[in-house]
Amino acid sequence: MKFIRAITILCLAIFTSCSTDSDEITPVNEVADLVKIQTMENDTHLVELYSIDGQLEQGYNKVSLRIKNKIGQKFVSDATLEWKPIMHMEATQHSCPVSEVTKKPGTESLYEGFIVFQMAENQTEYWTLTLNYAINGVDYTLTETINVPASTRRKVTVFTGTDDVKYILALIDPSEPKVATNDMSVGVFKMENMMTFPIVNSYKVKIDPRMPSMGNHSSPNNVDLTQSSADKFYHGKLNLTMTGYWKINLQLENALGEVIKGEPVGDTNEASSIFLELEF
Amino acid sequence: MKKIIYTAISLLLMNSMLHAQEKYSDTTEVVSIKEIILIGSHPQVHQKEPKPLGSIDEYLETSAKINMIKRGAYAWEPMLNGMTTERTVITIDGMRIFGACTDKMDPITSYVEISNLSEATISSGQQGAENGATIGGSIDLKRRKTGFNETGWKVGANTGGESNGEQKIVGAEVQYADNSFYFNTDFMYRDAENYKAGGNREVLYSQFTKYNFSAITGFKLSETQSVEGSFIYDEANDVGYPALPMDVSLARAIIGSVKYEHHQLSETIEHWETKLYFNTITHQMDDSKRPVVPIRMDMPGWSDTYGFYSKVNMSLDKHKLTANLNSFYNKSLAEMTMFPNDPNENDMFMLTWPDVRTLYTGLYLEDVIALTAHYSLQLTGSLGRHYNKVASTFGLQSLQIFYPEMTESKQRYLKSLSSQVLLNKKNMEYTLGMGYGERAPSVSEGYGFYLFNSFDGFDYIGNPNMSNEKSVEMNASIGFENKKWNAKLTGSYFHIMDYIIGKPDFSLSPMTIGANGVKVYEQLEYASLFNSDISIGYSLHKNWNWNGKLVFSYGRDNNNINLPLVQPLSYQTSLQFRKALFSIETELQGATKQQDFSPEFGENETAAYAIVNLSASQTLFLNRQKMTVKLGAENIFDTYYSTFSDWNNIPRRGRNLFVNLSYVIQ
Ligand SMILES: [Cu+2]
Ligand SMILES: [Cu+2]
Repeated sequence: MKFIRAITILCLAIFTSCSTDSDEITPVNEVADLVKIQTMENDTHLVELYSIDGQLEQGYNKVSLRIKNKIGQKFVSDATLEWKPIMHMEATQHSCPVSEVTKKPGTESLYEGFIVFQMAENQTEYWTLTLNYAINGVDYTLTETINVPASTRRKVTVFTGTDDVKYILALIDPSEPKVATNDMSVGVFKMENMMTFPIVNSYKVKIDPRMPSMGNHSSPNNVDLTQSSADKFYHGKLNLTMTGYWKINLQLENALGEVIKGEPVGDTNEASSIFLELEF
Repeated sequence: MKKIIYTAISLLLMNSMLHAQEKYSDTTEVVSIKEIILIGSHPQVHQKEPKPLGSIDEYLETSAKINMIKRGAYAWEPMLNGMTTERTVITIDGMRIFGACTDKMDPITSYVEISNLSEATISSGQQGAENGATIGGSIDLKRRKTGFNETGWKVGANTGGESNGEQKIVGAEVQYADNSFYFNTDFMYRDAENYKAGGNREVLYSQFTKYNFSAITGFKLSETQSVEGSFIYDEANDVGYPALPMDVSLARAIIGSVKYEHHQLSETIEHWETKLYFNTITHQMDDSKRPVVPIRMDMPGWSDTYGFYSKVNMSLDKHKLTANLNSFYNKSLAEMTMFPNDPNENDMFMLTWPDVRTLYTGLYLEDVIALTAHYSLQLTGSLGRHYNKVASTFGLQSLQIFYPEMTESKQRYLKSLSSQVLLNKKNMEYTLGMGYGERAPSVSEGYGFYLFNSFDGFDYIGNPNMSNEKSVEMNASIGFENKKWNAKLTGSYFHIMDYIIGKPDFSLSPMTIGANGVKVYEQLEYASLFNSDISIGYSLHKNWNWNGKLVFSYGRDNNNINLPLVQPLSYQTSLQFRKALFSIETELQGATKQQDFSPEFGENETAAYAIVNLSASQTLFLNRQKMTVKLGAENIFDTYYSTFSDWNNIPRRGRNLFVNLSYVIQ
């Protein structure tokens, strides 16, 4: 026992001395696994946007950012932020479903959240991203155009249910599909108005994966998506029996178990009116 | 040439002496009852064979215990006692080899040529457990070799042709042998076009080309010790499978072994041999010759096996003991890539055999006891450890879609026991035997992933959770032989528990376009199989022989429903005339209507049929040269027919005329 205590004290001593030494060492690179999308700027700050592949795309996007002071070139670690993407259409403007922006756990200066672009840009219509943030009680803002190209396969679907509500359903996972049982998750949002898209609670997303190029065969043992209390997304199991192009046919069920959009796939119906696509 | 053929036919002929001969034990030596089929190039039968350049498949088919499943003109799948290759063990000189095709287009027998082989030993049920766990029995193909004798150099050439399918056969062999060294090598080439069924109806996609090269050599290390090396290279290209939706562009086997043999180790140990072997098989399925397919696909498969056996034969008083320790390691991998009609879509890829590794190690013991001058008893037993592992993560994850709890490996023990009494008295011989055996599921049954069966139109999914299939068998035979007559009646009954079979699961969606559904392998409580055959021979006169054979089989599951591929009552009879170096034979062969068929397996009633074959041969000697000419006609009345074992009822060959020539200089 005494021996163990001695060892503990010894360890503590070494550890403490070490951490004092490392003060001079450059901090870990917090964006090592990320690729920069673009740097936005205003008079006081540079804001670097990051994602896994350095791009934004129609659908669900996980976005990270950090704020750098123009003076001193130091990263800000105590900001509070919110973001507002706006789609500038010819006749109107609207936003899209977004999360809050929060400090990434375990980092000093990285903030993260998600944005679901339900539309892609085109020749005449485009997205801007507005960032409102406060540092030590001082408010700042910044707006820039961002590029949101169309995804090659459908990752988000927008539709009106039988309840006359407009919904947005976006694929989150699998982001790297495998021939296996994949964890599948989607976000379901409703359009309250042009600027507000809250998460929909207590619904159910029924899935039916099909391969249209192979006689529209399905896969076995899929598990429909139900809402998780932790992240509020809908989670289930998606089985993909081979690589290639899969159409994930969907049916959205409300809390009462009524299907408010989508049709079952069968001999007479090749696809549901709402679906997502995967290709790998 | 035509003239020769017509002359031959116009002679009154006949064919096919049963090539099958049974070794009967006599009172001086106890031999277990195994059926031996002598193969064309076997020195003892070279002149007797009606068709020395026939395929190995045609030879095996002459056994009453063997049926061949035909998916085309090439690579027939042997069934032993009504059981397919999952339930039997097929070896080449004791070597385990596993086909690389998920659709069974390449049974082991397709990777050898008659010129490689001297005989096939057929052991029924647990008497065939020496080289591995089996239910139905085993077929061991024995390599041909001169052995250590003073025959010196021998050079030979064979050539043959068949009118139906325009098969061309060319072969050559070179041999050298003396007292301490021998070297045999041979080459065989076959090339055939589509064959025609009765009524001149062409069977599309029934062509094939095959090359086979083999070499075998032995050295004597001492009077009692020797070493032997053996090698076979076999390649088939452009093989059509009219009964299947795909053909084969390449089927290749490389088979090699080294053997050490020691005779007369001591008073009791008569013989000890140890062999190390390997083989590698590549199989490439191909649909590029088919004009219309729902989707184009590639389906390659690979099977590599490494193994050894070590076998001792001992003699102790009344006991003849055999012990065989054997082991193999096999790696089976097969893929499927489908090419979508929309070129912008990604290829669709899956593993149909998920890189399954099988490690088997078993010990087999046999004791043949001469109880009295007339009675003998044969006891056998074996115990094996069978280990499977899915080496591909991709494949394991694919199967976990069906079996989420599945782990990558599985181990099982396979046991076997059998006993047989043999009574030999005067002209009569009786045997009575019992046995128990187990087998592990095959790679397809355990781990197959969407394997399409074109017979029933279902995709098959393997089941890794199955237990051993177990069989209790009983067999009996009565034989009689005197100067003029010989007759033999044999019967065997198998009660197979946890019988493995695919059963439809209509909740699953088939992968193959147009398939009827998905079947998953599962185990029936039991199934019963009964096979019996009677054969009779009579020598009418010193030059005339008559033979007849009748085969009856029965197969039902535990609900008394027919099993698939059960042979209807079949018969064969032949008359042979032989004088000096000339012989002529005629044969009638047929089956009654197949009434007991399995609609669930896609079978329907197969009509009765009968066909007549004729052949004649003449051997000529000229100093040290020997030339044999064989002519024959098969299905001379050009009957259009198919048998119970023709996959998807593809029709069999119509009238076929053949000529085989062999020329040897010694
Ligand atoms: Cu598919
Ligand atoms: Cu094949």
